[in-house]
Amino acid sequence: MLSLIVFLPLAAAVVLAVVPASVGGRMFTGSWVAVAAADLALVVAAWLGYDAGGGMAYEQQLRWIPSAGASYHVGLDGLSLPMVAVTSGLFLACAIHSLRQPHRVKSFVLLFLFLQTVSLGLFTALDLILFFVYFDLSIVGMYFVIARWGHGQARQSALKFFLYTFIGSLALLLGFIGLYLAAEPHTFDIVALSRANPLAGSGTYGALVLLAVGIGLAVKTPTVPFHTWLPPAHTDAPAAGSAILAGVLLKMGTYGFVRIAMPLLPATWRQYAGVVVIIGVVSVLYGALVALAQEDFKRMIAYTSVNHMGYIILAVGAAGIVAGSDEQARSLAITGAVTQMVSHGLLTGALFLLAGVLHDRRRSYDMSTYSGLAGPAPVFAGVTAVAVFASLGLPGFSGFIAEFQIFTGSLSSATVATALALLGILITAGLLLRALHRVFLGPLRIPDAPGAARDFTDLRPSEAASIMPLLAIAVVIGVLPRFLLNVIEPASTTLIEMVAR
Amino acid sequence: MNMHPAALIPELTLVAGAVLGLLLGAWLPRHRQWLVRLLAALACLAGLAATAVAMGNGPRMVFGGSYAVDVATNAGRIIVLAATLLTICLSIETVESHQRETEFYVLMQLAALGTITLTGAADLLLLVAGYLLASVPLYALAGFVKDAPGTEASLKYYLMGALLGVTMLTGITILYGTGRSTGYATLAQNLPAAPRAAVAVGIVAVLAGLLFKIGAVPAHFWVPDVTEGASTPVAAFVTTVPKIGGLIAVYRLVAEALPTVGVNWSLLVAVLAVASMTLGNLAAFFQDTVRRLLAYSTIGQVGYILLAVAVATRSEIALPALLFYLAAYAVTNLGAFAVVAELPHAPRLVDYRGLARRHPGLAAVLVVCLLGLVGTPPTGVFLGKLEVFSAAIDGGYTWLAVVAVANTVASLFYYLRWIAPALVAVPETASDTLVPAGRWSAVGAYTAGAASLALGLAGGIVLPLLTGSLLP
Repeated sequence: MLSLIVFLPLAAAVVLAVVPASVGGRMFTGSWVAVAAADLALVVAAWLGYDAGGGMAYEQQLRWIPSAGASYHVGLDGLSLPMVAVTSGLFLACAIHSLRQPHRVKSFVLLFLFLQTVSLGLFTALDLILFFVYFDLSIVGMYFVIARWGHGQARQSALKFFLYTFIGSLALLLGFIGLYLAAEPHTFDIVALSRANPLAGSGTYGALVLLAVGIGLAVKTPTVPFHTWLPPAHTDAPAAGSAILAGVLLKMGTYGFVRIAMPLLPATWRQYAGVVVIIGVVSVLYGALVALAQEDFKRMIAYTSVNHMGYIILAVGAAGIVAGSDEQARSLAITGAVTQMVSHGLLTGALFLLAGVLHDRRRSYDMSTYSGLAGPAPVFAGVTAVAVFASLGLPGFSGFIAEFQIFTGSLSSATVATALALLGILITAGLLLRALHRVFLGPLRIPDAPGAARDFTDLRPSEAASIMPLLAIAVVIGVLPRFLLNVIEPASTTLIEMVAR
Repeated sequence: MNMHPAALIPELTLVAGAVLGLLLGAWLPRHRQWLVRLLAALACLAGLAATAVAMGNGPRMVFGGSYAVDVATNAGRIIVLAATLLTICLSIETVESHQRETEFYVLMQLAALGTITLTGAADLLLLVAGYLLASVPLYALAGFVKDAPGTEASLKYYLMGALLGVTMLTGITILYGTGRSTGYATLAQNLPAAPRAAVAVGIVAVLAGLLFKIGAVPAHFWVPDVTEGASTPVAAFVTTVPKIGGLIAVYRLVAEALPTVGVNWSLLVAVLAVASMTLGNLAAFFQDTVRRLLAYSTIGQVGYILLAVAVATRSEIALPALLFYLAAYAVTNLGAFAVVAELPHAPRLVDYRGLARRHPGLAAVLVVCLLGLVGTPPTGVFLGKLEVFSAAIDGGYTWLAVVAVANTVASLFYYLRWIAPALVAVPETASDTLVPAGRWSAVGAYTAGAASLALGLAGGIVLPLLTGSLLP
């Protein structure tokens, strides 16, 4: 069942690969939407069949490379199930959004189907090598998305993205090997490793392993100071690429913290939780302040991603500070972190798709050249306003639920840091509202673009159909979060118990 | 004297293929020389079949304890024979109906035979015989086309090989003098009591010859010139096959003859590994011709493989790591060369612009092989690197693994310099640089690319076959 969810897109890609490109783009985008929808349906079925109290579900383990201690081990629990759901949802949205993809449709569709398998695979992997394989393949896939379909300085941005995250992935690999060699018998299996806790009381060795794993995940997340690849990659990627990059690929880093770093290295994590908290707060504030200074709409969203990821880092760090906090608060922080991953995936995905609308119409993201767009494009303005309000954490949206839990959960153990991080909300609220104000209100002004019509077309049906459901789910989570929290909470309690060992 | 010629069927089929091929070639008219090629391919296939049978028989020493038939030898045989088969496949278009086609395949088989001898040699004299047999045919092959670059390459290759071969002989003399034997087993008993300085000089001198064979720093100067000067199939062969024998020979030497000597050969190999990977990768950065880039890439790759040798006596997983990496490296490197052979009019990186449009299949093979050489999963070299790094950390050389990882990142840069134009760029004008050479090179490329991927995915089946211990 789970393997079907993971490999369905890839199988579809293999089938589509033999269809000649001359059949026409419609055929490819159409099949893509169908496959993505089918995959989402399967995920929904898996969610409905999931027993929240039962721990790991849909587990499957096959022999792969027994002599190297690696196996094909997959499963879903409360940490991975929401991520799998967001991933398949976002890919469906991107499929719908790309119905009008003008050039090189076939390879575009094949690449995204491949990326979907890779992303879903990563969130279901329960083996470090399997995790690593998907982690690296996601970098390869995204490199080609940016380099081939991007704009501006796409080649340089793609290379920068590749080099940074690849360095990170290799640091991660060293950390994984460190874990592998510490376990007796040697294994890469996450479940077995978390049971064995091989690096308990290992001092420097454990710290080095955590450092390697931490750097790898921090680059991918990204946190300050490893975030410099993110803004160019986002700015120059195509809209669907940015949405996947922000909505899914960034989560691979934060997910790694809750799936690997915390449960496999509990003692070391507790020891260095303070450092993590500080990195989180710096990311929150730095991301927000730099976003404030941006003229480029897409780049601004990219920096708010650094800010939002910072909240997650803060929460996972605070969850490691055992002294001065009770288990419930730390569990709340983890629940908030996972909710934030879901929420950020939905909202930033939507925001990047909306930014793609600007580029699609006028080939520019420069906010100073736009003004008063609410007149010709009221739907676009309205949807963007909703996305912006949701993103700044207004109650009633998923972002609020997430950030509320993160702050409540972190406050007792990391009081000063949490208080500082609250400022981040203030700054993001200011900058997002300012952007909204500059682009949509005031007298109408749109930049000239060669070959484009004078006016500004409102959202097309395919664009609306891809963006609005994402926001609708964000609202549902904001108003009725129980269905999500019921799944996450048992898993975060388990995680906290593991960290406290 | 335990002769056991039956244990040497893979070697004997190569000899038979070479000798019969030479006789046959003297008879045949030029357009019928493909029969020699067929014979060479059949010899390789027969050797592969014989090795498969031999793997079931269990390890043994033959020829008075001078030749070991164990897991390393068998793996070496399979890799060398398969690589030779692939090279034959991708050389068909280049040497078809050449006036010396017969000689080409005969020399290639003899070089493969020498390489296999290197893998099994457990005696210094047999080692040097294998060294010569694996070198001399290649000097001739490097200058096969008789043009200026080929002649220069051949001469440089020969001079380096002769010099370091003599150095190696000197080292053997010293080790024989101090250890009172040329057999590894006896050396291992006698050398710890011998004068340390003399032993150290002997080890370094013997290593020098083997470093030449594998193209590692500091004996790497011939690699770029030969790779660029010789024809593409020869370049593919020279940068792949001798390394297999050379690396297994180094491993066997340090693990069997020197396990307890008072010389820190382990650190020496580690330093050589670092030098090799760093220099190879840095020199590859701004190369503009694909063959020179591949040449420096192979120097870098040897550095990674030497990691396994450095921890030969310190980690249980060093041997499977070495053998698996060699297998993965062989198919991946040959795959990249097969693409080059298929596109003979595209010598520079920029000529590959728009390859994905014109030949999507070849572009896919190129991406698989180049990303494979970087070590991106799920290719074979990734698994090889994983094993090698694990072995290094397990053997207490964590710093070495970190250096290797840093080098891996650096290497990414120049491989991407090749991948990017091939996949991303659109050709400005319809040029004729991307005209394919023919069917066989393409077959070779697809086979190698598929094998490179398959080794990564099916590592679970292959790795146990490579696990075992060396004789004696």
